[in-house]
Amino acid sequence: MENALSSPLQMSAAPVRHARRSKRNRSVIPGFGLTMGLTLAWLSLIVLIPLSTVFIRSAGMGWADFLAAGFSPRAVAAYTVSFGTAFAAALVNAVFGLLTAWVIVRYDFPGKRVVNALIDLPFALPTAVAGIALTAIYAGNGWVGQFFEPLGIQLAYTPVGITLALIFIGLPFIVRSVEPVLEDMSAEVEEAALSLGANPWQIFSRVILPAILPSLLTGFALAFARGVGEYGSVIFIAGNMPFKSEIAPLLIITQLEQYDYAGATAIATVMLVASFAVLLLINLIQAWSRRRMNG
Amino acid sequence: MNTLSFIRARHLLIAAALAFIALFLVLPLVSVFVAALQKGLAAYGAALIDPDALSAIRLTLLVAAIAVPLNIVFGVLAAWSIAKFDFPGKSLLVTFIDLPFSVSPVVAGLIYVLMFGAQGWFGPWLQEHDVQIIFAVPGIVLATIFVTFPFVARELIPLMSEQGRDDEEAALSLGASGFQTFLRVTLPNIRWGLLYGVLLCNARAMGEFGAVSVVSGHLRGITNTMPLHVEILYNEYNFVAAFAVASLLALLALVTLVLKSIVEWRFGYHHGSAKH
Repeated sequence: MENALSSPLQMSAAPVRHARRSKRNRSVIPGFGLTMGLTLAWLSLIVLIPLSTVFIRSAGMGWADFLAAGFSPRAVAAYTVSFGTAFAAALVNAVFGLLTAWVIVRYDFPGKRVVNALIDLPFALPTAVAGIALTAIYAGNGWVGQFFEPLGIQLAYTPVGITLALIFIGLPFIVRSVEPVLEDMSAEVEEAALSLGANPWQIFSRVILPAILPSLLTGFALAFARGVGEYGSVIFIAGNMPFKSEIAPLLIITQLEQYDYAGATAIATVMLVASFAVLLLINLIQAWSRRRMNG
Repeated sequence: MNTLSFIRARHLLIAAALAFIALFLVLPLVSVFVAALQKGLAAYGAALIDPDALSAIRLTLLVAAIAVPLNIVFGVLAAWSIAKFDFPGKSLLVTFIDLPFSVSPVVAGLIYVLMFGAQGWFGPWLQEHDVQIIFAVPGIVLATIFVTFPFVARELIPLMSEQGRDDEEAALSLGASGFQTFLRVTLPNIRWGLLYGVLLCNARAMGEFGAVSVVSGHLRGITNTMPLHVEILYNEYNFVAAFAVASLLALLALVTLVLKSIVEWRFGYHHGSAKH
C-alpha cells in the first residue's frame, strides 16, 4: 500500500524538480553574486555583528552575574512597567484601532482621506516631539489633564501617562494590519448573516471577528513589541521613578551613564529575547492564518 | 433591526472613531504649534535662529544625507537579490533585514557603544589611532542607519517579487546590459514604492531619538541633533524654544504624510503590493 502510494508521487516529483532547476539555469538576470554579497556584508556589518555583541557580552558574564544584573528587583520592576503598559495600550488600540479601520473601510464621511493620512502620524512624528506634546496635554494644567486634576487623578508622570503615550505610538500598527483584511471581506457575508436573522453583535462575533482575528493579533503583537522598547515618547511623560514609573529602556541608559555596562547589557539581552519571542509569535500567527485560509 | 437604527449605529461608530483620533492624534499635533507660538512669532523665530538650534538642524540634515542614500542603495541591492532570484534561506534573510524594527532604539544605541565605546570591542584600538565614533558624529550616523535599515528594503521586496522577472528577461534578451535593464526597466517599475520607502526612512532618520541619544554624548552645538536639542531645551524648562524646534520636526512629519498620501492617491500606489 505504501509503495503503491509513494511511487507515483516520486514519479511526479522528479520532473517538477527537474523543471525548477532548468528554469533557474535559464534565468538570464545578472547580478545575483554581487547584490547578494553586498547585502550580506552590509547586513552583517550594521545589524548582525553589532547585535551579537549583546549576547556575547552576556555569555561572558556567567549565569549568576547575568541573573543578578538582568533580574535585579529594579530591573524586574522596570520590565513590569514596560510590559504592563505596552499590553494595556495594545488592548485599547485593539478596540479603537479596529473601530477606526472599520469606519475608514466601510463608511464614507467628509474628511475621510485626511483621517486616513493622519493614522500614520505616529510613524512620521519624531518620538521626542510626541513625548513633550503628550506631556503638555496630560499634565495637571494641560488641555486634558486639567479635567482629571480636580478629581485627584494624575495622568502624567504615572504608568497611566506611559500607557497614553504608547496608545499614540501603537495605533497605526493595528489599523494598518486590520485594514487590508476588512477591505477584502465583502459586505455580502454580513448581509447574508443579517438576512438569516443574526443581530449586529452576532454578526461581529461570529462573522467579522473570526475573519480578522489573525490580522488583529498580528497588529496587537506589533504594537506591543513597539511599546515595550519605546523610549522617546515615554520618558517625558513617565516620571521615571524607580520601581514605579521607570521603563526598561530608561534603566539601560541609567546603567550606561553609571558605566555599569554589564547591567545595561543584561537588561538589553532580556529585552532582545522578549522581542524575538514576539517576532516568533507573529510568524506563528501568520502561519496559522495561512493554514486556516487554505484548509 | 430597521434601516434607521443601522444609520444611527453607523453615525455612532464614525463619531466614536473621529473622537478617538481627535483626542489621541490631532490634539498632540495642534498642541506643538500652540505651545511654540504662545509667546509670539518673535520668540518663535529667536528660538530657531539660536546658534545651537542651527547647528542641531545642520547635524540632523547631515546625518539624514548620509543614512538615507546608504539605505536606498542597500534596499535596492537587497530587493534585487531577494525578489529576482530563488535561493534557500530567503525568508530567514528577510527576517534578519526586518530585525532592527523589533529592537528597542535604546538597545540599538547600546550595541554600538559595546562595539566602539571606550570599553567596547574596538575601543582600545580606536583610542590608539585617535578615532572617535561614540559621542561623535560617526556614532550618530551608525545608530541612524541601524534604526532606518529595513524601510526601503521592506517596501521594495514584496513589490519586486510580485512584479516577477518577465520585464527584465525581455529587456536582457533584446540585448540590454544588466545595468541598463535596472535603470530603464526595473527602476521605473518600482519608483513609487522606492519613493514611499525613502519618505518613511527620511522621517525616521531625522526624528530618531532613543538610539541617537545613547551614542551622542549630548554636546551642545557639536553632537546634538534636532530631537536631542528639543530634549535639552525642554529639560531646561525653556518650553517655547523646545516646542519651536519640535514644530519644525512636526512640519517634517506633516510634509511626509502629505507626500506619502500623494503617492497613494495620485499614483495609485498601495503599500506593500504591486497594484497599480
